[in-house]
Amino acid sequence: MAPAAPKSGDVIFASVDRVNAELFTLTYGAIVRQLITDLEEVEEVNKQLDQMGYNIGVRLVDEFLAKSSVSRCVDFRETADVIAKVGFKMFLGVTASVTNWDADGTTCSLILEDNPLVDFVELPDTCQGLHYCNILSGVVRGALEMVSMKTEVTWLRDMLRGDDVFELQVKLLKQVPEEYPYKDDE
Amino acid sequence: MVREVSESCVESLLAEIVLSYCSGFYANKPELAARRIEAIGFQVGHQLSERYTMDRPRFTDNLEAIKFICKDFWSELFKKQIDNLKTNHRGTFVLQDNRFRWLAHMSIDPSVQASGNIQDPSAMAENKSAQATGMHLYFPCGIIRGALSNLGIECAVSADISNLPACSFVIRIKA
Repeated sequence: MAPAAPKSGDVIFASVDRVNAELFTLTYGAIVRQLITDLEEVEEVNKQLDQMGYNIGVRLVDEFLAKSSVSRCVDFRETADVIAKVGFKMFLGVTASVTNWDADGTTCSLILEDNPLVDFVELPDTCQGLHYCNILSGVVRGALEMVSMKTEVTWLRDMLRGDDVFELQVKLLKQVPEEYPYKDDE
Repeated sequence: MVREVSESCVESLLAEIVLSYCSGFYANKPELAARRIEAIGFQVGHQLSERYTMDRPRFTDNLEAIKFICKDFWSELFKKQIDNLKTNHRGTFVLQDNRFRWLAHMSIDPSVQASGNIQDPSAMAENKSAQATGMHLYFPCGIIRGALSNLGIECAVSADISNLPACSFVIRIKA
């Protein structure tokens, strides 16, 4: 049987179970708020959000592969495109754009102009060092690690800090060759 | 149009709240972890009920407010209403959802189910699987308590899953 043709982000998003985004946005806000109370240091909160995102990315990649029927990406450029157009869309209902490629095609930026995580959010002065959306960078890092790509994901621009868009830089550190997980004679 | 995200987003967050608080910060203190998870739910319920009641007149009595939770509030969250509401007319209300979505993807230990009272901390300490299920339920309990608190009703909320996939939320209003 021929493999199913890859589906567009819009088509997948229309077909998955969806919920009211307010529930998602407010739940995330309440988590960040509780973490700030419990961990006290903003840097610790950033780390925890990244870790939570990483765990989510590791799990969500399966759902992503199953529902999108995307085939193997030929290079990192295609990977970035698929994340921006299909990955973001099917989970968050928004698409990102990909820009700022470096010469060797291993670093790029995902630009988000619309981000459901930050509806109703304003940061107080005491939270200046907080990367409020750090869970997203963790998700991208975790998901890519599951498809054998070690990446470093960093926020370059943040609308909550007065920038015009969210800019997430994704840098490919290492592509781990896929290995057969089992040895026959063991 | 109402903005939506994939249901997986909310379920992922919920799973991570439980994981962070139960395996991380408060691994050996389930009561503290439970209180934090409930507090996150409380905050969410409080804000949502504020938003969903903006254009309504005040509720005249507790029953009106509980009916709002069963119908409008539950529909916003789960796209369905509470299936059954019971009360003893002395401040206790039992809200049953015959198919509670946030438990739909969880595997639940049958022994936990039989004991019914899933949120007994001493039981949770002994059984990790019971603990995980119980912890998941603190979040919706917190949401209900937060929503009612925003409507001026102070109460305690617990969950009962002795009838899976149904889940009952027991609300005890403080006199």
